[in-house]
Amino acid sequence: MTARTRNWLLLAPAGTWFLVMLVVPLTVVLIFSFGERGPAGGYVPALTLEQYANLPARWTAFKNTMVLAPVGTIAALLIAYPLAYFLAVKADPKWKTILLVLVIVPFWTSILIRSYAWIFLLGGRGIPELIDLFGIGKPRLINTPFAVLIGIIYGYLPLMVFPIFVSLDRLDKRLLEASSDLGATPARTFLQVTLPLSVPGVATGCLLVFILLMGEFLIPALLGGGKVFFVGNALVDLFLQSRNWAYGSAVAATLVFIMLISVTIYMRLISRLNTQREDVSLM
Amino acid sequence: MRLYALCVYLFLYIPIGVIALFSFNAGRHASQLQGLSTQWYGKALNNPFVMDALETSLIVALVSATLASLFGTMAAVGLQGIRGPMRATFDGLIYVAIMIPGIVIGIATLIALVTIFDFVNPGIAAMWPEGVEPPNLNMGMGSLIAAHTMFTMALVVIIVRARLSGMDATLTEASSDLYATPFGTFRQVTLPLIFPAILAGFLLSFTFSFDDFIIAFFVAGSETTLPIYVFSSIRRGVTPEINAIGTMVLAASLVLLVTAQILLRRGDKKK
Repeated sequence: MTARTRNWLLLAPAGTWFLVMLVVPLTVVLIFSFGERGPAGGYVPALTLEQYANLPARWTAFKNTMVLAPVGTIAALLIAYPLAYFLAVKADPKWKTILLVLVIVPFWTSILIRSYAWIFLLGGRGIPELIDLFGIGKPRLINTPFAVLIGIIYGYLPLMVFPIFVSLDRLDKRLLEASSDLGATPARTFLQVTLPLSVPGVATGCLLVFILLMGEFLIPALLGGGKVFFVGNALVDLFLQSRNWAYGSAVAATLVFIMLISVTIYMRLISRLNTQREDVSLM
Repeated sequence: MRLYALCVYLFLYIPIGVIALFSFNAGRHASQLQGLSTQWYGKALNNPFVMDALETSLIVALVSATLASLFGTMAAVGLQGIRGPMRATFDGLIYVAIMIPGIVIGIATLIALVTIFDFVNPGIAAMWPEGVEPPNLNMGMGSLIAAHTMFTMALVVIIVRARLSGMDATLTEASSDLYATPFGTFRQVTLPLIFPAILAGFLLSFTFSFDDFIIAFFVAGSETTLPIYVFSSIRRGVTPEINAIGTMVLAASLVLLVTAQILLRRGDKKK
């Protein structure tokens, strides 16, 4: 058996699996999105743009997703950065690994149960009752955009901390010493040395969180109470309730298309930022 | 700075702690602590719906993680010796599998499989001998396993490939210089070195499959996995029983994760 045949045989099962369970289904979605809804739901073959023309009917879901996904990403970044900085630069090396694992572990545990915890905390007998003790009245927290935002930050914070930590941890600490030896204040060192060097980590973290948020269903379903509707919620509605496969496929295809466009623009911006930085460092 | 870190850790762990605390609630109200007891654990473990869902989840997670580790590792090894368009295609597939939202994977699998089954089932029935009940392909355990395997296989390829590329290439060269067959080299040199990564990939795949809600929600057919059960119970209201199930699920994933971490780290040290 030649090396070539061997490699092909090794790749065959995974390749077939990807073909049947990934390529074929995604192609079906694309084809169905140009079709029509059957009388009892499902799909009737056709070649029409009708489904795409109907997209504005779900505008709210797209709007919520396109607002709350970037806002959630930035909020998670703002909270994650100082923590990642602390872990990479300030924390006692003895505790570093444990502290890092403590951040990552929640990400790999059920997001369903972690979101459920917030129904509990934000619900009538949770935090609102605590706030009531101060005599400012009982605010309504659950089923609001605020609750969804909390859920998003809570769910995706670990995913944001990790890549930023990695980029800060790799950073040559002598650069920081050099900067302060040359008379830079700590703030200036941070702005001119640490922050630019952590851009790759920040970029990766934001990308990961943004991608996952674009397809989010559970957090708005549990914490938004049907009032904060994401594209994911619209998709569940269209496929499992109204069984409108053609229209649902168009919504799904549009979601993936928006993701591709925003990720491409984002990558361009990041690579431009990186080349600019190199120009500066050359001077 | 320290205070800030402490606050973030509290933010991360208080909700989990609250769930765990209330799972020991003696009262029947979800949000009023009335003494401690383990009755809700007993109730959860004696609930046939919970146990059925748990069984389905365990079978699906075990089978899909096994298949994903096996085929994913094979692909990672095969990809090492391949360049050109085939490799680019594979890299693209892995990228797509990871990047496409789970919900889109779920609906795509649902409509594709249902369409294929509707098409194939009459054919099978026609070919089947008279008097014997023909098999009816349907959404269920099989489609769940197939969908989870697809996604977790991509994870395994990434993890194992990272370990393979960190491996010292001279070791395999030395082995073949010493007249080991390619399979002998793989079994005696490569496999022991990448084994921690494979095991870590298996554990992560298992955890992913066990915790997955959104793909399963679409492709499970009439089957109920534990996350689907929990989701529909939450919809009906918050109960101490869900707290008990949640605590058990979190504890189980915690054990698996720590094991995966230790394995990956041990592999790093060996390297």
